[in-house]
Amino acid sequence: MNLTLKIWRQKGPSAAGSFEEHKVHAEEDMSFLEMLDVLNEQLVHEKKEPVAFEHDCREGICGTCNMVINGHPHGPQRGTTTCQLHMRHYNDGDTIVIEPFRASSFPVIKDLVIDRSAFDNIIQAGGYISVNTGQAPDGNAIPVEKQDASQAFDAATCIGCGACVAACPNGSAMLFTSAKVSHLALLPQGEVENGKRVYDMVNQMDKEGFGRCSNITACEAECPKEISVDNIARMNRLYVKSVFAGTQGNEKN
Amino acid sequence: MWITRFLTSSIGQKWVMSLTGLFLITFLIVHLLGNLAIFAGDNGQAFNVYADFMVHNPLIKAVSFGLYAFILIHAIQGILIAIQNRKAGGKAYAKKDTQGSWASKNMALLGILVLAFLFIHMGDFWFKAKFGGDNAIAAVNYGNGDIKDLYSQVAISFSKLWIVIAYLIGLLALAFHLLHGFQSAFQTLGLNHSKYNPIIRGIGIAYGILVPLGFAALPVYVYFQQTT
Amino acid sequence: MNLDPKIPAGELADKWTEFRSKMDLVAPNNKRKLEVIVVGTGLAGASAAATLGELGYKVKAFTFHDSPRRAHSIAAQGGINAAKNYQNDGDSVYRLFYDTIKGGDYRSREANVHRLAEVSRDIIDQCVAQGVPFAREYGGLLANRSFGGVQVSRTFYARGQTGQQLLIGAYQALSRQISSGKVQMYNRHEMLDLVKVDGKARGIIARNLVSGKLERFAGHCVVLATGGYGNVYYLSTNAMNSNVSAAWKAVKKGALMANPCYVQIHPTCIPESGEYQSKLTLMSESLRNDGRVWVPKSKEDAEAIRTGKKTALDIPEADRDYYLERRYPAFGNLVPRDVASRAAKIECDAGKGIVKTGRGVFLDFGAAVIRYGKIAANTQNISNPSDAKISELGRATIKEKYGNLFQIYEKITGQDPYVFPMKIYPAVHYTMGGLWVDYNLETNVPGLFALGEANFSDHGANRLGASALMQGLADGYFVIPYTIGQFLSKEIRTPAISTDLPEFEQAESETRAKLEQLLKIGGAQSVESFHRRLGRIMWEYCGMSRNEQGLAKALQMIRELREEFWNDVFVPGEIHDYNPELEKALRVADFIELGEVMVRDAMARDESCGGHFREEYQTEDGEAMRRDDEYTYVAAWSWNDGNPEVYKEDLHFENVELKTRSYK
Repeated sequence: MNLTLKIWRQKGPSAAGSFEEHKVHAEEDMSFLEMLDVLNEQLVHEKKEPVAFEHDCREGICGTCNMVINGHPHGPQRGTTTCQLHMRHYNDGDTIVIEPFRASSFPVIKDLVIDRSAFDNIIQAGGYISVNTGQAPDGNAIPVEKQDASQAFDAATCIGCGACVAACPNGSAMLFTSAKVSHLALLPQGEVENGKRVYDMVNQMDKEGFGRCSNITACEAECPKEISVDNIARMNRLYVKSVFAGTQGNEKN
Repeated sequence: MWITRFLTSSIGQKWVMSLTGLFLITFLIVHLLGNLAIFAGDNGQAFNVYADFMVHNPLIKAVSFGLYAFILIHAIQGILIAIQNRKAGGKAYAKKDTQGSWASKNMALLGILVLAFLFIHMGDFWFKAKFGGDNAIAAVNYGNGDIKDLYSQVAISFSKLWIVIAYLIGLLALAFHLLHGFQSAFQTLGLNHSKYNPIIRGIGIAYGILVPLGFAALPVYVYFQQTT
Repeated sequence: MNLDPKIPAGELADKWTEFRSKMDLVAPNNKRKLEVIVVGTGLAGASAAATLGELGYKVKAFTFHDSPRRAHSIAAQGGINAAKNYQNDGDSVYRLFYDTIKGGDYRSREANVHRLAEVSRDIIDQCVAQGVPFAREYGGLLANRSFGGVQVSRTFYARGQTGQQLLIGAYQALSRQISSGKVQMYNRHEMLDLVKVDGKARGIIARNLVSGKLERFAGHCVVLATGGYGNVYYLSTNAMNSNVSAAWKAVKKGALMANPCYVQIHPTCIPESGEYQSKLTLMSESLRNDGRVWVPKSKEDAEAIRTGKKTALDIPEADRDYYLERRYPAFGNLVPRDVASRAAKIECDAGKGIVKTGRGVFLDFGAAVIRYGKIAANTQNISNPSDAKISELGRATIKEKYGNLFQIYEKITGQDPYVFPMKIYPAVHYTMGGLWVDYNLETNVPGLFALGEANFSDHGANRLGASALMQGLADGYFVIPYTIGQFLSKEIRTPAISTDLPEFEQAESETRAKLEQLLKIGGAQSVESFHRRLGRIMWEYCGMSRNEQGLAKALQMIRELREEFWNDVFVPGEIHDYNPELEKALRVADFIELGEVMVRDAMARDESCGGHFREEYQTEDGEAMRRDDEYTYVAAWSWNDGNPEVYKEDLHFENVELKTRSYK
């Protein structure tokens, strides 16, 4: 199939960007990124600079790839990362608009490459269980209800790609943050630290300049791991509890 | 202080929105039930008595100040959040296909429409009744001394087609605002359970449709009653 | 050069405990002054950096990714082994040790493997405490499943995303240390050279991938946890950016590359669909618990399937050849990876392949669906269930166990694996070879350590499933935190290393010169095209089976390719900019050199063992023929300015009897 691509090109973080149009030929068994590989090979042959885009595992788990395809983060397929999207979902003659994830907390580095270190900062603020190596009791010492483990897992499948933020008109990171909060809060091992964790993570999230959640749920719809907004409700609950019960830790109460 | 830190946090801000929102939602139903007296068909007697009771009951009075405050907080906070969110959203997409209901994406716009409607509504009745002087609204006596004949004011207002249309537009905005706002408030408060979510959503939809519909029936009823 | 593995004396089972209790320690006040550079933040790197930070060392951690959470450990699907014996099925530390030695075809070091089996139990405990949501039974206790090459259930898992969950655990632990300031994290920094001062590893040169600037970093020692080199084959299950460069730079500075020819070809990957293919996707080995591998008995049926005239469903049971069950009745579909891969190749070479390219076999869940369906009907008290109901219930169970894998498969192939059997073919997956390290995980360069897939130490010639995660975390959480003290305890009087030393100056300018050279060539061919060609040479001649003639040819071709690369590659962009093509060019240049050493290693090993199958050395029925008398050694290669030399470490088996590996 022959396609027209409208791709965002931007030299650097402070440069003004614009769209560039390219024609490319794709096979239907190709992945979307392989189609971009073809484009880049083409550009290299023309001695032009290829389009910078990030990708790594190409099997939907590392969370590196990120682009907005025709208005959808990771493209039109539900529960799919860009690298898992295949060209069989497009037709000959289609025009595809490709843009970077947009949010003021995710500045563009170059073309389609963005800086998502805000997510790392949120995790560093408290997205862990404070246990040193070697301190752990036997793995079976604390039974975990199967359903809890399963729900925790559902939240833990977050790949930190940022599609939730990109999808949200408010640029809110509530789904990402709440997924981590929920993952750890639902396990007895993590419950101990719930108050402090949720407090610190939400505050960091605010500091990073993410927007406020208005429950549009576009995040859930676009999340490649289909993480539920129920996690957001849980985080809201835990945060308020932490504030009013004074369990934020330290001397912050 | 911890409470100011909480109230200025993202979740705290949204918390304020949902609590004030839920209060306003409760007010709506009370307000509607009272106003149903217009349908009594007694030339406004029941309605005027109800209105008089509302104005002079000290408890209602106290609550009404809370109401004004909540409206203001809800509106101002909402606008501030909308501005913040616009900034956080970053550069606009060239091609956009945001998932989620239309209402959820346009709460600020809907809110502003509702607020504008509220100004018209308050100016028409409340302002006149309160600050319009003694002659702004005629008096009527049902045997317990003079009370304001608010019903006649209602009848005058709703005889004008543009006012009726303005009301209908305002109430349509309110309906959409409620359709998202009702369930959204529960989600923000963390009152969420996969088992009970459908119930909350169901009540929210019913409320968002029926309450504005009930309100809309008033001007339409009064308008047609006078023109026929 | 004498390669001293520094294996502690004593009984095998006591070596680690005794060594640990007698080894040199560094006092807390001195730890604060000692700086450790950790390159790579996958399972091994992140766990090492986190644990060293917890201990009080000053750690600098580096990743070329935008975040430590992206390392390719994240893609490991199936699980992690541990000798917990929670299933009461006869597992023990010794059995895990024995299985690993045997699975590795008797080409690994006994003491290292035993230590691995010992600490495997602590890993599970640690991960559970960190909040890794392992699969659980209804009673709330940990669930297990079995993997290839073993007869016990010792694999812990988190659906099909075990690697992701373990990496997130390590990433969280690392994040905690970053926030406490004990680990300084450098994202988007790629190590381009190792700096040695007075013979010891003292720092690295890294390129800031955003600004393109070269930066110097110094430490008292350097830990490499930079993964394997599977991408030398271009197509592999590795992530696109996985590369050998950090390890290769170490080799160029004097470290040795051990057993580079030991490459694991994973039997269950989604087959290649076309020329444009950029990578291959693994379908977890855990699928072989329930999936049965087959090809049609007749070539005609295979041909009919290839051309689309028939589908798998048209082949009656009697006309299917479940060749693994036929050839290996004891282990059946759960034979180790090397055995399963080679068997698939043999069937496809015989014309029985079932995909267009001829390189693919079926992995069928039909029988499992019915088996699980019946069990589910039974537990749900459904009497006389219809076939449709059984299928429905069975598919639900399969979905619960492997849902995400089935989903991945459908996304890539566009075919529903709940209805049609999966099509699979072997692909390069893991490299057992790596930097030579001693018992302390220290290379022959003092102060340079290598962990995880980057070292060669534990898997011999073939790695068992679910053991990579185990080894990565064992090295990072429980081995290096102790053994690094052996080196650092002698460095407590060494002040902070200055990056102004001439060694840093020199390394930086050499690196810069290389970058400039690459950009200057201005040839006609893309980096990608060279990588693809290298991959084809390696797969063809140094892949699933090898022979002397082919290897000699490959050697020649690789040298020519190297020549051509340095004369005709085109690298666009600039040095001081975000430039992925330049990054790729550097990596491919290193792969080409490594490829040569791999081929040499494969040529020098005149035997078949594990992932290394030399056609000249096979039994009559096509099984691998080891030659223990001559080849029970580790071959460690130096680069030696393009004239690689081999050094040998003899392997001594005192506790295990060397046997012909049989899974029949």
